[in-house]
Amino acid sequence: MKKTVTALLTAAATLLCGAAFAQETVKIGVINAYSGQFADPGAQLDAGITLYMQQHGDTVAGKKIEIIRKDVGGIAPDVAKRLAEELIVRDKVDILAGALLTPNALAMGDVSAEAEKFMVVMNATTPVIITKSPYMIRTSATASQINGNFGTWIANQGVKQVYTMVTDYGPGIGSGTAFEEAFKAAGGEIVGQDRTPVVNPDFSPFVQRVAEADPEALYVWVPGGTQPPALAKALAERGITPENTKIYGQGELTDDAALEALGETALGIITAYHYNVHRDDAMNDEFVEAYRAANDGRDPDIYSIGAYDGMAAIYKALEATGGDASGEALINAAKGMTWDSPRGPIGIDAETGDVVQTIWIREVQMVDGKPANVIIDQVENAK
Amino acid sequence: MDPKSWIRAKARISPYEAIFWIAAAVIPFVFFENYLSLAASVAVTALFCISLDMILGYAGIISLGHAAFFGIGAYTAGILSARGWGEPISGLLLAAAVTAAVGYIVSFMIVRVQHLALLMITLGLSFLLAELAISFDQFTGGSDGLQGIDTWKLLGIWKFSLWGHTAYAYALATLFVLFLLARRIVHSPFGLTLEAIRENPVRTTALGAPNHAHLRKIFTIAAAFAGVAGALLAQISETVSPEALGFQRSAEIAVMLILGGTGRLYGAILGAIIFMIARDQISGFYLQYWYFWIGLILILVVLFLPRGILGGLERLARLGRRA
Repeated sequence: MKKTVTALLTAAATLLCGAAFAQETVKIGVINAYSGQFADPGAQLDAGITLYMQQHGDTVAGKKIEIIRKDVGGIAPDVAKRLAEELIVRDKVDILAGALLTPNALAMGDVSAEAEKFMVVMNATTPVIITKSPYMIRTSATASQINGNFGTWIANQGVKQVYTMVTDYGPGIGSGTAFEEAFKAAGGEIVGQDRTPVVNPDFSPFVQRVAEADPEALYVWVPGGTQPPALAKALAERGITPENTKIYGQGELTDDAALEALGETALGIITAYHYNVHRDDAMNDEFVEAYRAANDGRDPDIYSIGAYDGMAAIYKALEATGGDASGEALINAAKGMTWDSPRGPIGIDAETGDVVQTIWIREVQMVDGKPANVIIDQVENAK
Repeated sequence: MDPKSWIRAKARISPYEAIFWIAAAVIPFVFFENYLSLAASVAVTALFCISLDMILGYAGIISLGHAAFFGIGAYTAGILSARGWGEPISGLLLAAAVTAAVGYIVSFMIVRVQHLALLMITLGLSFLLAELAISFDQFTGGSDGLQGIDTWKLLGIWKFSLWGHTAYAYALATLFVLFLLARRIVHSPFGLTLEAIRENPVRTTALGAPNHAHLRKIFTIAAAFAGVAGALLAQISETVSPEALGFQRSAEIAVMLILGGTGRLYGAILGAIIFMIARDQISGFYLQYWYFWIGLILILVVLFLPRGILGGLERLARLGRRA
């Protein structure tokens, strides 16, 4: 009898300790593309999470932070939704994070709303995502935030007419539309619109049409990677250079790889972006250096900074709630929060939960004999 | 044995089958309550796999674009729900009707070609539909996927929640009903004729079997099955994107079927179970490289168990009986 009682007590004690221990952990479920065609941006996003935890430790407000990673394998909202459900039901996570791609982010949003869990969108930029859950914040950027503010800025520079050319898929059309609306609202006129294919486009016929229209300015949006150099080359071949036609675009257009391929033909192109790897700033320098050291010399990019700031938001919100990881407590703490990030000042809109930040306007200029993105202006507190 | 009783003997329900279905209904609810979302997803995939087995395993129609019908079904149920009618069972029926109609039209093209041309046509069809789904974004939501799907309570009683009880019960019940139908079809004289056509189409023509008509019929039925699977997924996950029609889905389903064993229905179910659970478990350990292990398993199965896992088990059982 005594033995049985002892055994029971031991078991009960173990269980209680287990429960007490579980309370000390805050679990974050990260749904990201670790395999498939989006594995590369997925890896950059993940490196942002890892670096933040390396620098800031894995304990916040007395709670241990545990990351549970799930591979969604690409654009697969049904899988993303199931993984989010499993993270909550099976792994008992307190926070959903990641959300590299828009369709997946939308599906995760449904789960966040139903389960009343805090969710951090670390990348997907489609504006509508944020409306999917009242417990959601975003730490990347929105397509309209960058391009809408850019459109207004361009109109304020005295540019009257713009010809737009964007990639024929969600992000391209979304960015183009945001740009056009803002530009028209500020008194500008859209003199031509064109859409280029997503996969292996041949830009010459599109560029030929631009040359024939001979607009005052050209706004382009193409996905980063191989397309910016190909497009810029096609433009240069048809004699469309910033000298006779102003060229505007989102930051990917002149990222480091593109600049290297473009050389002097890129000079004068003006782009808008929310993160500048080479921005001269003590906090950014330190971030870039640490990131390179942790990732075989690779530079951070928008995916890394989105995730880095996403973790910052989670840490800061947890500090504010004193470790309370309920969706309600975290969203209330996160809304209206502001902090300094390597990208510049950043905050969370108190009403929408969407990101508020500085949009940097950069022009490609020669710096030490090499073309580089030089910040010429900035739009502060851009929503 | 006369032909009729031979067919009847072939179609007799074995005790193993009863055990399997009872286990499928009980085990997840009792022992793996935290895995019901996965179980529902496995049931949907198994149904899709059975659809491919009917044309590939029984009729010998190879397809790399079977997700086309899965996607049409998903979009049909999804759009119906997003437009305000979220009753699940009528959504399934409508999806079945629409995919059967599309399948019937496509089947005229399918029965005319074989081998590589067949692969190209089925592949092309799914690419075409995926592009259509992206371009008609006022209906489909474009590349962001369809938004606003709201599945009503099942039979007006059970709500679809993130715990997945309703989802699994619903998916399993649909799978079971359609499995019985598929079983009835493949064990009928019509099903046997399909197998004969697969083995030797010249000979069946000589025997007077209408090859093309038979193939069209099974293709249409299989399309409807795939459509129901797609509709199930759309209703359970309340989301559809153009990837529902994509090559990846078609290829994965073929992998599962080959893994489990073609031409035996249970192979399709087993393949789906093994693939989905292996993926779930392996990707937990090897986040980035889990496909490597799936690939390895597939190579080993094809090398050593050419008739799939179920085919291998059957051979083992036969050896055991002989010894």
